[in-house]
Amino acid sequence: MDNFETTKQYQEYVDKKSPNSPILKNCLCAFLVGGLICCIGQLILDICKARGLSIELSGTVCSIVLIGLSAFLTGLNVFNKIGKFAGAGSLIPITGFANSIVSPAMEYKSEGYVMGVGAKMFTVAGPVLVYGISASILVGLVYFIIM
Amino acid sequence: MSEFFSNIDFMQYLWCFIIGGVLCIIAQILIDKTKLTPARVLVLYVTVGTILGGLGIYKYLVDFAGAGATVPLTGFGYNLAKGAIEGVKETGIIGAFTGGVKAAAGGIAAAIFFGYIASLISKPKIKKQ
Repeated sequence: MDNFETTKQYQEYVDKKSPNSPILKNCLCAFLVGGLICCIGQLILDICKARGLSIELSGTVCSIVLIGLSAFLTGLNVFNKIGKFAGAGSLIPITGFANSIVSPAMEYKSEGYVMGVGAKMFTVAGPVLVYGISASILVGLVYFIIM
Repeated sequence: MSEFFSNIDFMQYLWCFIIGGVLCIIAQILIDKTKLTPARVLVLYVTVGTILGGLGIYKYLVDFAGAGATVPLTGFGYNLAKGAIEGVKETGIIGAFTGGVKAAAGGIAAAIFFGYIASLISKPKIKKQ
């Protein structure tokens, strides 16, 4: 065993030993899959608009369909395989939000349906909602003050 | 149906692909090059989207890229901020609390409902050693 005198030395050692993540390839995969998911969303939007739905309602339908799809694909263990290939490409679209709800829920199913599935669903989605909703309330309050 | 496909604006899809893809590349770089975990990146994206939505900047990206800007999580934040502002316009200060969640209600409810159903029907994966 080597002795590390400073944390800096240790950090350098770790950097040297840990495999270089092929960032260029990761970015390309993220770009392709992310772009594709957004285009599927655009297609759903256009279909809704062609059926005479309002823009807001079309957006909601688009989110619901994408979330439903990725939830079931996660349940079938398909989405995790896409995620391994795509990295942030499947994480950043709303599909990643649905995936972040289903995967911990599946994993902790053995702990029961209330404290297992019900509670662990929000391991990642909880913080997203906390910060998103809090920020939106702040935006609303600021808008109310300056209006 | 063929009429629908002939009406598709391909430039819209191109920009949708590029903007959506670039937002994912930024997240990938953040994950690879900094110590941010995916969960933190998601939180960051929603918060940034809400702030940009509140400042009225993100709207331009949505007008330009369509689903390329609304499908990524920044779009979720933008939706929350837009709802909060509309809520304030309609019902005053109460709207700041009700508007955001109201605008995003479909997404949140669908995520919870489909998430619950999907985890019920799925079998826990046995990890290969």
